[in-house]
Amino acid sequence: MGLLSDPNRRKALTNLLTRLNAPICMVCYLAAIVWFMGLAFEPFTLRTYMSENAMGSTMVEERFSSGERALSLAKEFDAHKRKAGGMPVEWLVKAMQARGLEVFTQSFSRKLPFPDENKERYMVRGTNVYGILRAPRAPRTEALVITAPCSPGNSDNQAVGLLLALAQYFRNQIFWAKDIIFLVNEHDLIGMQAWLEGYHHTNITGMEYSPLQGRAGSIQAALSLELSSDVITSLDLILEGLNGQLPNLDLANLFYAFCQKLGVLCTIQGKLQRNDWDTAEGYTHAAQTMMLMVLKQACGRSWGDHGLFLRYHIEAASIRGINGFRHYKMDVATIGRLLEGMVRKLNNLLERLHQSYFFYLLPSLSRFVSIGYYMPAFGLLAVILLLRVSFPGLDHFTFFNPSGPGVLTVLTPVVISHLTGVALYLLPVHLQEMAVEHFPVSETEAVVLTAVAIYTAGLALPHNTQRLLSGEGTEQGWKVLKLTALLYLAVLLGCTALINFSLGFVLAVTLVPITASMTPHMPKALSALAMVLLSPAFTILYCVFIYQELIEAPVSVGEGWMLFLSVISQGILDHALYGSLVYPLLALFIYPCWLMFWNILFWS
Amino acid sequence: MIQETHSDTIVASPVYTRYIYIKKKKRLVASHFCRLPLSVVELFKVGESFTAAARDQFQEELVIRPLHSGDIYASFQFRTLWDTDFLQERQKVSHYRLFPKSLGQVLSKFSVRELHISFTQGFWRTMQWGQPFIPSPPGAELWVWFHDTVSDVDGNWKELTNVLSGIFCASLNFIDLTNTVQPSASFKPLGLGNATDHRFLRYATLPREIVCTENLTPWKKLLPCGSKAGLSVLLKSEKLFHSSFHSQAVHIRPVCQDEQCTSKAWELRQTLNVVFDLYTSGQGKKEWSLFKMFSRTLTEACPLATSSKVYVDITDNPELFELSPATPLLSQAVVLGDRRTYSVFDLTRAEMFGQLRSLNLLLRWKGDSDMLRPLLHAERYVAGFGLQTGEIHTVIYNNHPYRAFPVLLMDSVPWYLQLYIHTLTVTSKSRDNKPSYIHYQPAKDRHRPHLLEMLIQLPPHSMTEVTVQFERALLKWTEYTPDPNHGFYVGSSVVSALVPSMVAMNTNFTQDQPLFSSFVPVKEESSYFVRVYTEPLLVNLPTPDFSMPYNVICLTCTVVAVGYGSFYNLLTRTFQVDEPSLPLAKRLANLIRRIRGVPLLA
Repeated sequence: MGLLSDPNRRKALTNLLTRLNAPICMVCYLAAIVWFMGLAFEPFTLRTYMSENAMGSTMVEERFSSGERALSLAKEFDAHKRKAGGMPVEWLVKAMQARGLEVFTQSFSRKLPFPDENKERYMVRGTNVYGILRAPRAPRTEALVITAPCSPGNSDNQAVGLLLALAQYFRNQIFWAKDIIFLVNEHDLIGMQAWLEGYHHTNITGMEYSPLQGRAGSIQAALSLELSSDVITSLDLILEGLNGQLPNLDLANLFYAFCQKLGVLCTIQGKLQRNDWDTAEGYTHAAQTMMLMVLKQACGRSWGDHGLFLRYHIEAASIRGINGFRHYKMDVATIGRLLEGMVRKLNNLLERLHQSYFFYLLPSLSRFVSIGYYMPAFGLLAVILLLRVSFPGLDHFTFFNPSGPGVLTVLTPVVISHLTGVALYLLPVHLQEMAVEHFPVSETEAVVLTAVAIYTAGLALPHNTQRLLSGEGTEQGWKVLKLTALLYLAVLLGCTALINFSLGFVLAVTLVPITASMTPHMPKALSALAMVLLSPAFTILYCVFIYQELIEAPVSVGEGWMLFLSVISQGILDHALYGSLVYPLLALFIYPCWLMFWNILFWS
Repeated sequence: MIQETHSDTIVASPVYTRYIYIKKKKRLVASHFCRLPLSVVELFKVGESFTAAARDQFQEELVIRPLHSGDIYASFQFRTLWDTDFLQERQKVSHYRLFPKSLGQVLSKFSVRELHISFTQGFWRTMQWGQPFIPSPPGAELWVWFHDTVSDVDGNWKELTNVLSGIFCASLNFIDLTNTVQPSASFKPLGLGNATDHRFLRYATLPREIVCTENLTPWKKLLPCGSKAGLSVLLKSEKLFHSSFHSQAVHIRPVCQDEQCTSKAWELRQTLNVVFDLYTSGQGKKEWSLFKMFSRTLTEACPLATSSKVYVDITDNPELFELSPATPLLSQAVVLGDRRTYSVFDLTRAEMFGQLRSLNLLLRWKGDSDMLRPLLHAERYVAGFGLQTGEIHTVIYNNHPYRAFPVLLMDSVPWYLQLYIHTLTVTSKSRDNKPSYIHYQPAKDRHRPHLLEMLIQLPPHSMTEVTVQFERALLKWTEYTPDPNHGFYVGSSVVSALVPSMVAMNTNFTQDQPLFSSFVPVKEESSYFVRVYTEPLLVNLPTPDFSMPYNVICLTCTVVAVGYGSFYNLLTRTFQVDEPSLPLAKRLANLIRRIRGVPLLA
């Protein structure tokens, strides 16, 4: 600290930072990218290990063998589903009751803000059926949940069949210490949201549902099972939940441990694990897996039915059976044994899962990057913003100088930018009826196109607003605005990265370089183009393309654009239906902040 | 008949300890094999003659109720009457016959008027099983009325819990002032005397208490016959704890010795309730026998018992199930507001055991039937998410089609859930329901829990919801349990009510009964007392990450040392411009100049 208390040395430090500001920033940016890409390199990551004692040493023996019964139940379920044209409530209630569960139903209805064209639904009405296996001599204080969706078409029949077969097998066992809830939810996430809100008696999204009649205390963990095909070759683990929340890493470890034990092919992000980390292909594979996780986490939606549990502090994961690798075929009994093992270990838990990490990235199922390793990558980007606050020519004391620009000069663009943000947040959904009346578009298109229109209009609107009040924009004026905007962006990204690292990092990678170097004296056309190409909307567009590339389904520009539009509508829907925060964050904060920099570019 | 004959040797000895008795019994049991009928007869005579002399009594009873769900409910009751009144006469009692000495000493030492203690593992599923004979909450429950001569009730209570903790091998010593309450209305004395001053009442629950064999063994030791003879041979822990529900209790209260109530006696009632599960114990077959339930059969009554009976609830017979061996003895009783018929097996009669010298009851279901919904039913849960606030919902159902009745709701909530009592709402049929009586005692942090008692009128066929919001307190770090992430327990709420009886409810005349008997409902059967316990709650409190103390200590120390140190340094130090120090040559020159007395160089 002698460094700071000695005025000479302090001055030297300041001089160094001022003189070498630009190179330091460049180095930081490159270092951040390199650090981040290095995270996928196996020697830099840690091997996963089970932290929870209650699940570690006590290996359980799996004895589930009623695979045939599961398949016949699946067929029966399918027949009744077709007959009922949706959830076969009566049959399911009877089937669960016959297996000795306490069965309850919950009906719900939800009118979406605008039609969801991906899933073709608008007015959603459905019923959840759940059966509770009461643990012997347990006082109804703790529960585990196993869910399977009742989805249209052929998919997930086996999941329900397996659920019922498991219920029957579990019911005859004496060792349960926690109640087990078997839930079949209709309309995937909407049903799940209704059930969770009903169970916790909250209403945060305006869902209409009938109150639950039976409960089983506080839910300790949940597993969601999806078997999309009749032939299952491997199991995929899905962890990313709402708002980028992840379950405790021990849940992933548990899944991996049982896959190893039973010799089941398991994947994460649909990608198998490779052992050749020292080859270029091996590294690329790990990097792709990690990038997929980052992109999925960044978009803040729930990638499986488990994602909504995380808000209620319930550790949950989805297990999805996929038919993707030839020569491997898994029978249902094996999946049943895997679930049995996992549930039995969860049943052994004495406390909630809390021993292992909540913040991590997975380059493969057996390797993880903890928050301590990935945070420096973001930190290096955030440092750039703070360094730029002290860039040459920006005198820190102009703020307090009475002869400097008035507060209004700075406040006006800030307020106008944010009003644009509010418009972007509110208008698309509220103006859809008007838009449908006047233009030949559907409601969904209306919403998305309004959003795009407002976004574009925002570019034209505020860049010379400061003239409204104080006439000529001064040199001091833009500097103060830039100072404000830089600090604002630093705080915004910092907070975002703490909650959802991926989102914060992706935004920082695109926003930091252009915002850090922005001045009004740059060539207008070129920098305007650069700014637009690095704006939040284009970030989303790039993410769409990269994602498609990574899942090995590349798209053309036209398809990419359509996907981009559907991503926006999904984002708005996720916010309205489940309370995802990405859309409001982008519309109310990130976009206005970006507009402030846009303002600086056109300062005159 | 058989009871008339006396065995002289035994009656002759006036001081008859249990020890001698057991020796005698062994001899009798040994002879039992050679000349059976007589020796068994003798065995019964023994108990009879002895109790007649001392007026102490012991009765044992087992009620078996087949449940509609296919499970089976077995309820044991052992009743010991102790003919003494030491509280009145202020005399030291050192003479014990049937009554366990350990409990007798506790009663006299702590001036206990009434004592009720229960250990329960599991939750009674009212909706599947109907009402239990003796309800109890999950975990341990203890409530005691002290005699009104006691001056230091809290001191007595503290000592009593510690002593009972030793007697029952349970963690009752965890009962302290932070979980003890004095309910004003919910727990009235069940025995003689009309004490109403609730200053002498203490009530506490330990919802976390786990009940196992270590609690069963001391409980069995309190029985006069131990687990050697009589119904208690069935109490084998490997079966009792292979069940859906297990509850054992001890109730002590003063009762009348005779009809005129000229003298008091102490009644010790030991009860044990167990429900066996259809799937895990019954292999899914709706067929139960004593052997299947307890892996034992009955061979004799407890020789000390004046009565030893097995009742089987056959009200739904013959539609629902068949019972073998059949018995001609039937008994009718109104139990919990319902008229029930029981088959009675009197174990004091030798012919009950048949040729095989053992009694193994067999019940076989024939079909399904629907259960009448229990008239009163309650449940409770925590609403909301996050670790800051929450809401306790208590839902009470009145399933009576046309009668409203009042219930007393008692809630005892630990202090670390800080109740916002202004948010208390009671709603029935989506309308505000104003309780006619509210007794609320706010908690004091680390000293006493919240106590909330309310008298609520339940409209007919309704659901009444009581909600109250709370904030979760941040505990001091030493106050967390070793497993803080498990959560913290909140004991069951207690709903006590006089429920209109189903016998009185039955006005549809479909049952075959004389018309003259059914016009005016019978008054004494018109309502019955029921206590319903809700499930306990498991609430998560904000918990620090205890696995991090090392990191936290390191980080804090560094931050304090570096941050605070340097800022303090900067703030307190005065900066002065330093004279630049002279080069060595000049200093040497100045030294010479000083000696010479010439002005120094700058």
